Amino acid sequence: MIRVVLPAHLRALARISGEVHLDVDPPVTQRTVLDALEARHPTLTGTMRDHTTKRRRPFVRFYACQEDLSHESPDTSLPDAVANGTEPFLIVGAMAGG
Amino acid sequence: MSGVRVLVGTRKGAFVLTSDGSRRDWDISGPHFAGWEIYHVAGSPAEPDRLYASQASGWFGQVVQRSDDGGLTWEPQGNKFDYEGEVGSHQWYDGTPRPWDFTRVWHFEPSLTDPDTVYAGVEDAALFRSVDGAQTWHELPALRTHRTSADWAPGAGGMCLHTIILDPSDANRMYAAISAAGAFRSDDAGESWRPINRGLRSEGIPDEAAEVGHCVHRIAMHPARPEVLFMQKHWDVMRSDDAGESWQEISGNLPTDFGFPIAVHAHEPDTLYVVPITSDSHHFVMDGKLRVYRSRTGGNEWQALTAGLPQQHCYVNVLRDAMAVDSLDDCGIYFGTSGGQVYASADAGDTWTSIVRDLPAVLSVEVQTLA
Repeated sequence: MIRVVLPAHLRALARISGEVHLDVDPPVTQRTVLDALEARHPTLTGTMRDHTTKRRRPFVRFYACQEDLSHESPDTSLPDAVANGTEPFLIVGAMAGG
Repeated sequence: MSGVRVLVGTRKGAFVLTSDGSRRDWDISGPHFAGWEIYHVAGSPAEPDRLYASQASGWFGQVVQRSDDGGLTWEPQGNKFDYEGEVGSHQWYDGTPRPWDFTRVWHFEPSLTDPDTVYAGVEDAALFRSVDGAQTWHELPALRTHRTSADWAPGAGGMCLHTIILDPSDANRMYAAISAAGAFRSDDAGESWRPINRGLRSEGIPDEAAEVGHCVHRIAMHPARPEVLFMQKHWDVMRSDDAGESWQEISGNLPTDFGFPIAVHAHEPDTLYVVPITSDSHHFVMDGKLRVYRSRTGGNEWQALTAGLPQQHCYVNVLRDAMAVDSLDDCGIYFGTSGGQVYASADAGDTWTSIVRDLPAVLSVEVQTLA
């Protein structure tokens, strides 16, 4: 089971509270996790990554295990602790503004 | 009993203001979509409880919301706005070519007859249409691919298609306006377009009378006289009596002719409203006074309307989509400000009251007159 933590605005949009728990077949990557998340909650499609290119939106970041994974390839395997549900995959709205 | 519903988009959410026909006491609901920018909320003329809202964020992009119960509940709809075919380029601020890139929906224009059909004007400038209640969107690409479009450049707020007008007397005729490309007309339901900017003069561009490149801020039409158009340009208030074939300036005695919104009285096609703004470098009203100007002569002769509006220490702006009218017997006028106030007049502008004073900065105001 994969644990995903969403920012407040996306939790409100998807009408969920707390973590999202997903079953993702290996390999567990940013791409497969986001695919599963969008399949579960279609209203999130386009809010984290582009509809067509699947590129991460500039002010959305991906963290896990105290690491910023935002610039990793979407097809790189996520840490084992994420894949086995020990640690959550964090989707974060970047601090931006002033 | 008749009533009024005012749909307010702000920098941090949407608000729905409702009253009976007296327009004295208001119920205020919101914020809906708290924390998101709501560029526009529009209701279907064919089914007034059908509302469309443009919800956007610099972080999470575009969301389209739809309500089928007058704003009590909302459901997210399709948010995929793909340009059709090969995406060309337009000019960037520095004159270099820049590929078209979708940013947000500025304006929804629901069909006059079909609740499921709605047009969207977007940044970077293009016209989209949905015929399934906003579930899916398809571009009408003839406007974006017009022969002049490589020369279009953004205004300070981005290259936005902000005005869409559907001619109630001719289902094939529609108008669009783009900052800073100008005004365009289609006579074949969006299959082809041509610029309608003859008579506009803009000092900020190399050729003041160019075919395109004018920063049109807003166009208004009275439905009973659809060949007459009124325009608030960056500077200058303009009028066309021939469906945009030619324009004449009607700024007349306005203290400044810079501004954003323009509206027409619901029952008097020659009664107009504008909110003059000091200048393009001072985006606030003149002399600390919030004044709506009304012309009862189709332009040129303007009267300041001040009763109930702050006349000192006021430095707000009123944006292009933030003024609207109702169609009750005594026409109501409504506008929202950058300071978060929504003002209403139930007597065609003679006197004003604030419905609500401390919302986030107002981006848009639409009004529905309910049976």
